[in-house]
Amino acid sequence: MINWSVIIGIAKTHLLTKMKSTVTAALGVTFGIGAYITMAGFMTGLNNLLDGLTLNRTPHIRLYNEIEPSKKQPVSLYADFENTFNVINSIKPKESQKKIHNALPILQYLKTDDAVKGATPQLQTQIFYLSGSIELGGMLIGADIMEEARLSNIKDYIVKGSPEALRNNANGILLGAGLADKMTLTVGDRIQVSTVSGDIFPLKIVGIYQSGLAEIDNSQSYVNLKTAQRILGQPENYITDIHIKLFDIEAAPAMAKRWERQFDIQAIDIKEANAQFETGSNIRNLITYAVSITLLIVAGFGIYNILNMLIYEKMKDIAILKATGFSGNDVALIFISQAVIIGFMGGILGLLVGFSLSALIDNTPFETEALPTIKTYPINYSPLYYIIGIVFALLSTFIAGYLPANKAKNIDPVKIIRGT
Amino acid sequence: MSLVLETRNIDKHFYKPKDFHVLKDISFKIKEGEFASIVGKSGCGKSTLLYILSTMDTEYTGELFLNEQLITGNSKEELSRIRNRNIGFVFQFHYLLSEFSVIENVMLPAKKLAEKSQKEIEQNAREKLEMLHIGHLAEQKASRISGGEKQRVAIARALINNPTILMGDEPTGNLDSHNSENVFNIFRRLSIEEGLSLLIVTHDNDFAQRTDRIIEMEDGRIIS
Ligand SMILES: Nc1ncnc2c1ncn2[C@@H]1O[C@H](COP(=O)(O)OP(=O)(O)OP(=O)(O)O)[C@@H](O)[C@H]1O
Ligand SMILES: [Mg+2]
Repeated sequence: MINWSVIIGIAKTHLLTKMKSTVTAALGVTFGIGAYITMAGFMTGLNNLLDGLTLNRTPHIRLYNEIEPSKKQPVSLYADFENTFNVINSIKPKESQKKIHNALPILQYLKTDDAVKGATPQLQTQIFYLSGSIELGGMLIGADIMEEARLSNIKDYIVKGSPEALRNNANGILLGAGLADKMTLTVGDRIQVSTVSGDIFPLKIVGIYQSGLAEIDNSQSYVNLKTAQRILGQPENYITDIHIKLFDIEAAPAMAKRWERQFDIQAIDIKEANAQFETGSNIRNLITYAVSITLLIVAGFGIYNILNMLIYEKMKDIAILKATGFSGNDVALIFISQAVIIGFMGGILGLLVGFSLSALIDNTPFETEALPTIKTYPINYSPLYYIIGIVFALLSTFIAGYLPANKAKNIDPVKIIRGT
Repeated sequence: MSLVLETRNIDKHFYKPKDFHVLKDISFKIKEGEFASIVGKSGCGKSTLLYILSTMDTEYTGELFLNEQLITGNSKEELSRIRNRNIGFVFQFHYLLSEFSVIENVMLPAKKLAEKSQKEIEQNAREKLEMLHIGHLAEQKASRISGGEKQRVAIARALINNPTILMGDEPTGNLDSHNSENVFNIFRRLSIEEGLSLLIVTHDNDFAQRTDRIIEMEDGRIIS
């Protein structure tokens, strides 16, 4: 039977009489955990920000038609040439429509799928923006803007105006911020767009869209899906892209493959499209953990040292405890408790320090053209890191305390009492 | 009368630095309430024997009985429990936990035993201290009292769990004659009034002469 109150009582007395070493050891842990919390919060905050910049605007799965040469050339359909070796030169793709066949039934079908959070139709087309004598090439996206706002954080990037303003105006356009700058246009102004075939269409600017990626802001604008179809003179089922948000992003690659086969269409999933972002996040996580673990190992060595010294100082006490009936395990627990108390105190303080530093960073102004919605440095306050932090503090101090405690456990009281 | 302690053919060697037969065929018995002393020249193996009897040293051959139960070969945990419950030990050097108060030192073995409530333990500890005339020192730090006082605190600690036997390795070795006399009187009274068995190693002939029985050792043997 372990008598905890006695063991903790002795451990506490040891710690209190060695206040200086106790505080030093605890501060080591505080430093390690504080640094971990701050770094983890900042790094993952940054990750989320960067992910948000691209990933949140990228659909989990995008369905579209690619212009490509048929894999099955006509010659292979002839039975006569079945077992021959056919050489075809200069294969060219057929000029087929970019339109998705059966787009509306596919949309209907997707909306009934339990894994799908939402599916929105888009019409993406090349366009020229005309203002006075300026003519700029770019992209025009016809979209169901309210549905887009529900499924992505596009709202954050509409710096002037709102999605509702676009929905309510059949001739409205959300103009890319770069385009607006170049043509010195703002909300309320008029702009003309010209299709590739030369048809000119007047639109009213109801909002400005700034994604933070110059490449996009300099070329891309949003209109209502119907408006885009009208500009191109196409019917209501003319849709070039279907964007799908899933409930579980991890399922994207598998679903993309399935639909690719099912609908005979191109499907690209978010992982494939943004492989490099995952790598960046992983490297930042790696740095966070490498630095934190290093700090904690240093703190662990500090605790190990202090307990080792304490055990040498307390040899006589250990011998007395054993002589009066404390078992080796009791003695080991006395020292492990000390380590864990140090770990707990230092760890809790470390969480507070980490939280304070995070709050400080969180309130540090950070304004950049590229990120219109960001005013301060990003911080992730996920409780997970606080749980990991305290568990890590307890675990590392336990390990640091275990070795000296084991030594204390095996001290032979007779040797000490004899004075050899 | 029942036996408190019995040894049968205990032998012990030290193997370092070279083989040394330190205890040779030790067999003797201590009866309940007996006050015995062990005497012998320096180096004859008295302390070594006492460490074996107190169950702290397990490297020997032969058999050791406590309250007529064989305890040779018991696990370390088991021996700790026996030590805690049945054996009080007083060293030549007082050996108190210097960071704890006097009363805490006395209470510690009872807290480990955990058979009584905190309140009862504290009351018992105070009674023991009173009995040894050091009740007024209860709240003092153990490092802030005199040698003679420390020795009495150590005795109080050895008695806190009402052991069946009290062992001492020259408990008066470091005390002046007055304090020495004092400790002897305490032992004497415990043996008569409480029926406590005592086994005390001593170099003090006067002390030994006044005990019930003298066990004399020479070169690792009991000669009388
Ligand atoms: N750890 C050890 N290794 C080897 N020899 C030892 C060890 N401890 C004690 N001895 C030897 O064993 C013998 C008995 O020692 P012990 O301490 O039992 O003597 P003692 O009778 O208590 O002497 P004293 O009256 O001086 O205390 C001595 O000769 C001593 O040198
Ligand atoms: Mg001796």
